[in-house]
Amino acid sequence: MIEVKNLHKSFGSKLAVDGISFTVKKGEVLGFLGPNGAGKSTTMRMVTGFLPATEGSISIGGSDVEGDEIAAKSKIGYLPESAPLYSDMTVEAFLKFSAEMRGVPKGEIKEAVDKAIATTFLEKVRHQSIETLSKGFRHRTCFAQSIIHDPEVLILDEPTDGLDPNQKHEVRQLIKRMGKTKAIIFSTHILEEVEASCTRAVIIDRGKIIADGTPDQLKNKSKNAGSAILRVDGVEKQVLIKEIEKLSEVKSTDSVPALYEEGIALRVFPDKGKKDKLAAALAKLVTEKGGELRELRMEEGRLDELFREITKSDNEE
Amino acid sequence: MEAFAVLLKDFAIPVLIVSAVFIITLQLLPREVRTIFKRELTSYFTSPIAYVLFVVFLLVSNGLTFFYLGVLESGEASLYMPYFQYLPWYLVLIAPAVGMRLWSEEQRQGTLELLLTMPLSPWHGILGKFLAAAVVLFGMLVLSFPIVWTINYLGDPDNGVILSGFIATYFVSLCFLAVTSVISAMTRSQLVALLVSVFICLTLWLIGLPPIADFIMNITGPFEFTKPVLQFFYSLGMMPHFTELAKGVLNIRDIVFFISFIVVCLIATSVVLRVKRA
Repeated sequence: MIEVKNLHKSFGSKLAVDGISFTVKKGEVLGFLGPNGAGKSTTMRMVTGFLPATEGSISIGGSDVEGDEIAAKSKIGYLPESAPLYSDMTVEAFLKFSAEMRGVPKGEIKEAVDKAIATTFLEKVRHQSIETLSKGFRHRTCFAQSIIHDPEVLILDEPTDGLDPNQKHEVRQLIKRMGKTKAIIFSTHILEEVEASCTRAVIIDRGKIIADGTPDQLKNKSKNAGSAILRVDGVEKQVLIKEIEKLSEVKSTDSVPALYEEGIALRVFPDKGKKDKLAAALAKLVTEKGGELRELRMEEGRLDELFREITKSDNEE
Repeated sequence: MEAFAVLLKDFAIPVLIVSAVFIITLQLLPREVRTIFKRELTSYFTSPIAYVLFVVFLLVSNGLTFFYLGVLESGEASLYMPYFQYLPWYLVLIAPAVGMRLWSEEQRQGTLELLLTMPLSPWHGILGKFLAAAVVLFGMLVLSFPIVWTINYLGDPDNGVILSGFIATYFVSLCFLAVTSVISAMTRSQLVALLVSVFICLTLWLIGLPPIADFIMNITGPFEFTKPVLQFFYSLGMMPHFTELAKGVLNIRDIVFFISFIVVCLIATSVVLRVKRA
């Protein structure tokens, strides 16, 4: 549905996007992660045809964004980052305007507006002037605009920005639901959002894709994925470390930052392929040594860890 | 009562015909142009801007003519000297004030990003917006009818010449509007758009003043080499074209000048919008 190949964008001498390629199929929700200024918004602006690409090609449902601009644009719904709106219009008038501009047939406009208003919970402010709306309502009005023509492709630049926690939850559910029948790209700073609604995520830094996979795959790439956190009382720390490192299931140990007041806390990394047996082996060892097991927990790995690891090392270069 | 009938025949019917032609043309244009036109026109009247401009323009143009410029004392049933001669001077300010928001407001609000990612060509936007502002200016001139009524009440003027004066004025105001369209595409600030446009419109108007024209034509000495450039600017000057038309001399060359000027400015607007995005 969305096919992006070798996309480059430079502003003067500054390279904002440096060779990004990806595809999003129907039924996929792709999350864009990355620090500020990484090139997420610039990429989205090129996909929607707002900015021309310096190099590379973008095709939306088979239509080239540069060669067949109008056909490509008509398949896209777009929520820009700042959620811009015509503040002199009412919510309803604005959505009607958007529907007309998006080519919704005349007889279906009222229905489309009603549906978009219901989907984004705008009934209360329907006849209100956009000028007087709070940030959350403004954001949802712009969101409503992006889905008014029931597009095949949705590009959402930080769709949950400025919403309260309940609204954030609603929007995530909405994206997940719509993702079943559309191809969606959305960018976010909030990592739990990726886990909540994406089928796939890419991490972008300095204009390049530096990680690509399902949320679970990405989590497994983080350094601490698969390690165990162990907290024990009643044993000498050095003795315990020695014993643990003797175990065949264990690769290495690491200290845990001082999160715990009592007992000895350790992070234990499993040897290759022995992740499943690690917990049992550790529990057995602690009991044998007469220690008291306070806590034993396997870590799944976390997106924010991976995010920090790979974007930080890059920044320190 | 007789004056009223004359007014109806000489002015109301042409206005109705122009309006009808405009509405039919609008129906023939793409739906995107109509939608943008409608939105733009509505927004002029939902904010105070159109009303303020109407009142200022009518007070200044009609008021000055009645009280200072001597339409009553001149003893002549003509409007060129006391009225049309001065109208472009007010429009140098009024037309940019009407057009300053066209593109700069889109940029300030960020809605340009919405507009340009909708399935339409930038041309639809440029045309729709220009037409909406053109209708506002048309309304302004239509509302100037008290002065026409007065002169018809007092004497027996040549209404054909007066009508041609309005046509000339409208063309000049559309040219000023087209200049403003280009400038407002360059900046996100309405104030900057207004000031720069007023400056350019004033220059385009002043350069046609006889003393300045004479100066350009007779330039000699060390600055003679600038003559071709100055002559080029002189050829863009609107006053000569306006004066002919406003005096009732309907010359196809002047009309072609005005229309090409507007078209070139609208093309320039699209170029500016494209360059801004890249």
